[in-house]
Amino acid sequence: MFRQFGLNELLMLLSGLQWTVGLTLLAFAGSFALGLLLLMMRVARIGVLRWSASGWIQIVQGTPLLGLLFVAFFALPLFGWDVSKWVAATAALSVYGSVFLADIWRGAVEAIPRGQWEASAALGLTRWRQLRQVVLPQAFTIAIPPTVGFLVQLIKNTSLASVIGVVELSREAQLVNGATFAPFLVYGCVCVLYFALCYPLTAWSRILEARLAR
Amino acid sequence: MTYTFRFAPVFNRIDQMLDGLVLTLWLTGIVIVAGFTFGVAGALAARANAAWLRAAVRVYVEAIRNTPLLAQLFFIYFGLPGLGLRLDAITAGLITLIVNLGAYTTEIVRGGIDAVPHGQIDAGTALGLTRVQVFFLIVLKPALKTMYPALASQFTLLMLASSILSQIGVTELFHMASMIDSATYRSFEVYAVVCGFYLALALAFRLLFAMSYRIVFVTS
Repeated sequence: MFRQFGLNELLMLLSGLQWTVGLTLLAFAGSFALGLLLLMMRVARIGVLRWSASGWIQIVQGTPLLGLLFVAFFALPLFGWDVSKWVAATAALSVYGSVFLADIWRGAVEAIPRGQWEASAALGLTRWRQLRQVVLPQAFTIAIPPTVGFLVQLIKNTSLASVIGVVELSREAQLVNGATFAPFLVYGCVCVLYFALCYPLTAWSRILEARLAR
Repeated sequence: MTYTFRFAPVFNRIDQMLDGLVLTLWLTGIVIVAGFTFGVAGALAARANAAWLRAAVRVYVEAIRNTPLLAQLFFIYFGLPGLGLRLDAITAGLITLIVNLGAYTTEIVRGGIDAVPHGQIDAGTALGLTRVQVFFLIVLKPALKTMYPALASQFTLLMLASSILSQIGVTELFHMASMIDSATYRSFEVYAVVCGFYLALALAFRLLFAMSYRIVFVTS
């Protein structure tokens, strides 16, 4: 009639976990690229670029991730692109994540003393080169701990992709639960698996931050 | 692109969306009050003398902050009935959100309390105030001032995260969007409009918190 929750079911959950990791990496790559673009616009000298980036960040931060996921899933096909659930989920997670990454990195760039900008300008570097060769390398080190923290947030956000049908850990849990009717075991295991994935990253982020403070 | 955008069917059902909006605001309000209370209790427990209490709070905060809200929601709504504890959707949703907000608020409140210079507390103790008096008269207001921006953004995020309750059938704003989508098949229009509602709510929250900060802390 229905299955017992055994090793096979645990392996199914683990296969869902591998897709969670895959979706996280895809979304991180997308967030990284878009976030970098947003950061460039946010620290630009041209006011229009700064304001549109700032406005875009405010808009995306005021939208629930579920909303973004559904809009990506339903809106993209309207424009003729036949998108799979994975593309929609990656796109939505990337747009959502890029905004938070851009904010984190802007904080890191603003932590660099003004003197660095002025010294590099005095040496005749263009603004682009100031960013690329003087400011960003220094901001990079400061930005690593919060970026690792963001990765944890991203892993948790991928659980929402299950709502549009992406078979990652949360969706796999629903499927296994439907087969075994052991919700306490199934969802308990899922929480433990997510914790096992996230806690090491959280701990590492704290170690990095402590190392930075020295 | 052969799709014609038609927003009229969505706006015809705006009364449904407003019903959902009211429930969202209700839920958010209850969770903020209860979650903040949990957070203050947790922050005080994290500074307690008893080691077991400190450890318990640490376990609670780490467990909640390292698991997704959806997994916590499913565990409470679908998992607990396996042990015999059956909850209706709204209660399960409220418990999940309160427990979740409590963990994040504990960290924020702890940071705010730690930011108060220890000299102030020493001065209060030297003047003969009890620990409770020191907390309410000396520590509370500067701590609140420090933690206010973080709290404000956490509460806004909570309001947005309440959309997740739609997945267990609570008829708040996002669930109404799915219902209108089933009725009208205008998926893009309805979800775009509902996202607009959330955006308006988020901006209203930000404005409210900014104004109350100014009234309480900046003017004397």
